[in-house]
Amino acid sequence: MQDSSSVADGPHHKLASQRIALSRKNAGQALVALASLGSLLVLLIQILHSSGAIAAGFADWRPILYAYLVWATALGVGQVMIRGERGLRALFLLPAVLFTVAVVIFPTLFGIYIASLDWNLSSFEGPHFNGFNNLIGLFHDSYYWNALGNMVFYAVAVLGEYAVAFGLALLLNAEIRGRKFFRVVFLLPLMLSPVAVSWMIGKSLMEYRFGPAATLARNLGWDNPAFFAHPWIARLSIEAMDAWVSIPFIMIMLLAGLQAMPKEVQEAAKVDGASAWQSFWHVTFPLMLPVSVTVLIIRIIFKLKLADIVINVTAGGPGGATDTVSSFIYRVYRDRSNVGYGTALAMFYLLMIIVLLTVLLRLSSRWTQKVT
Amino acid sequence: MAILTSASQPVRKSRAGSRATRILGRVLIYGALLFWAFVCLFPIYWTVTTSFKSALDVTQGHLLPWLDFQPDWKGWRSLGLSPDSIMKTSNPRDEFVSRFANSIITSVGASALALVLGSLAAYGLSRFRYRFAWMRNDDILFFFMSQLILPPVVLALPFLVLYKALSLLDTRLGLILLYTLTVLPIVIWIMRDQFNSIPVELDEAAFVDGLSVWGAFIRIVLPLAVPGMAAAFILSLVLCWNEYFFAALLTSTDAKTLPVMVASQTGSQGINWWSMAALSTAAIAPLVIVGIFLERYIVSGLTTGAGK
Repeated sequence: MQDSSSVADGPHHKLASQRIALSRKNAGQALVALASLGSLLVLLIQILHSSGAIAAGFADWRPILYAYLVWATALGVGQVMIRGERGLRALFLLPAVLFTVAVVIFPTLFGIYIASLDWNLSSFEGPHFNGFNNLIGLFHDSYYWNALGNMVFYAVAVLGEYAVAFGLALLLNAEIRGRKFFRVVFLLPLMLSPVAVSWMIGKSLMEYRFGPAATLARNLGWDNPAFFAHPWIARLSIEAMDAWVSIPFIMIMLLAGLQAMPKEVQEAAKVDGASAWQSFWHVTFPLMLPVSVTVLIIRIIFKLKLADIVINVTAGGPGGATDTVSSFIYRVYRDRSNVGYGTALAMFYLLMIIVLLTVLLRLSSRWTQKVT
Repeated sequence: MAILTSASQPVRKSRAGSRATRILGRVLIYGALLFWAFVCLFPIYWTVTTSFKSALDVTQGHLLPWLDFQPDWKGWRSLGLSPDSIMKTSNPRDEFVSRFANSIITSVGASALALVLGSLAAYGLSRFRYRFAWMRNDDILFFFMSQLILPPVVLALPFLVLYKALSLLDTRLGLILLYTLTVLPIVIWIMRDQFNSIPVELDEAAFVDGLSVWGAFIRIVLPLAVPGMAAAFILSLVLCWNEYFFAALLTSTDAKTLPVMVASQTGSQGINWWSMAALSTAAIAPLVIVGIFLERYIVSGLTTGAGK
């Protein structure tokens, strides 16, 4: 499977050329073949059993998992026997690859299959194929498109988080006392579980009747501080909570970038008589651009997964105003048990994310090249 | 991280206002710092104090213990964790303890598994050249990293169906496998950076001494990679501890984790603020402690590759 290149100018290639006895090589190949055959046999028996063709079989599909483990082990041992030194090297990568294939690639392919089914877990009839009907259905699902629209808002709001985080990073990078204390305190929100934050902030601090945030808002002159009643205010409240949790991440990344920046550059700007703003805008900011682009892209990737806070605070309300794609699909499954349709929605979303990120990565690499 | 700065050099422009602007600048900086520290700490403070409040104290918006209101173990008693109820049997406490144990087992198990798989793969990617079909090292690394963009919803429903067939639904093992998957890319990223920073000459010296590839890895390189491993492990721990989406979909009774328990309590009508606050406090306390004492590892884990 894997194969460390023998022409590589890597440091160990002199050791790679070990002579391997032919008999060992054959034994290795036999072992892999045997394990593959055995696993396929187990799979075949179980497929036939569950389709009712034969009586013999297992109660559930768990043995398939064990068969895969045995096969993976045999493959690893076989690699060493067949390739010797190079097999030993492949052994480093093999576990992670086999694991990822088993838990990502296979479920994703399986998901594509589910997405083409009309499958409702709560109905008595089992799954049946309905081709592209789910896909056609999602184009007419206004709630789904509404959720996608909200995702655009949440993704753009990352820029706001970035601005605040940049400010905080600059503050922490300034000559201050108690830097360690402030850094720990500023990092704390990142550690908290979004579910706990949903209650701590969304359901108690922002509570309409006696939450301190509502009291403060009343004192500031907002008569009716309902944070989750009006669509735009609700959206902003959710975004504020998510920002509270995730600003520390952006801040830490930017702070690392600031600290890695050569001090001489800023000193030079100061000697040239640049004001604080000028030296930031013409020196610091351009130098931070590569870090900024990286952190923004990572942050957008994570933002596109936003779900926990929405599910727990508003459940998508009012009227779907705060819905994210993830929280919407969660409800499609939880309330309607519609596995087929939910998966189709998720797959379509994944497709859009891949397209978006490809474009984003292209643009960002071209842009940073042009500027720096 | 040194605090030597340009302030030590004398300010050349000796205008009369420069001293005033400097002081104003200081005030603004510390003002902003203190304001944000308040923003970060107040929700935590609020939650912790609310767990000691009675209904009346909550509705009247009392904030300061002993001055404003008399603290009481009310919230903790409802969880069975107050001093006077800790010795008695308590159903909420049993539930809480089992959820807490589930959270610890799944997050530690997943982090450990991810650390093993990820360290091996990262070492391989850092030291050797692989070729698998058209994929070279960079492609393989990208293959691992690309798992990060998968939103949980894409995997959630297929996993629901698969786990049902494998009878892994509502088991800790099932959650561990999934969580391992979600943190594996991060572990590989951190560990590859760590291994790249360890000179290859060390491996070569080990080979000269007659160690095999694996011997050199385990006995020479791995002990040097402990800081990176600590960072990767702690970061994974935090991510797994806080995970909610998969846990909510894939567990029902046995393997429920703490976030699911917290979420299920908020859902019910007429929430007892004090017991919710106590539950939230207990759920976030381990991570607040981790954040305070192991902040260095989290920062080093997060910033891997940021400054390149």
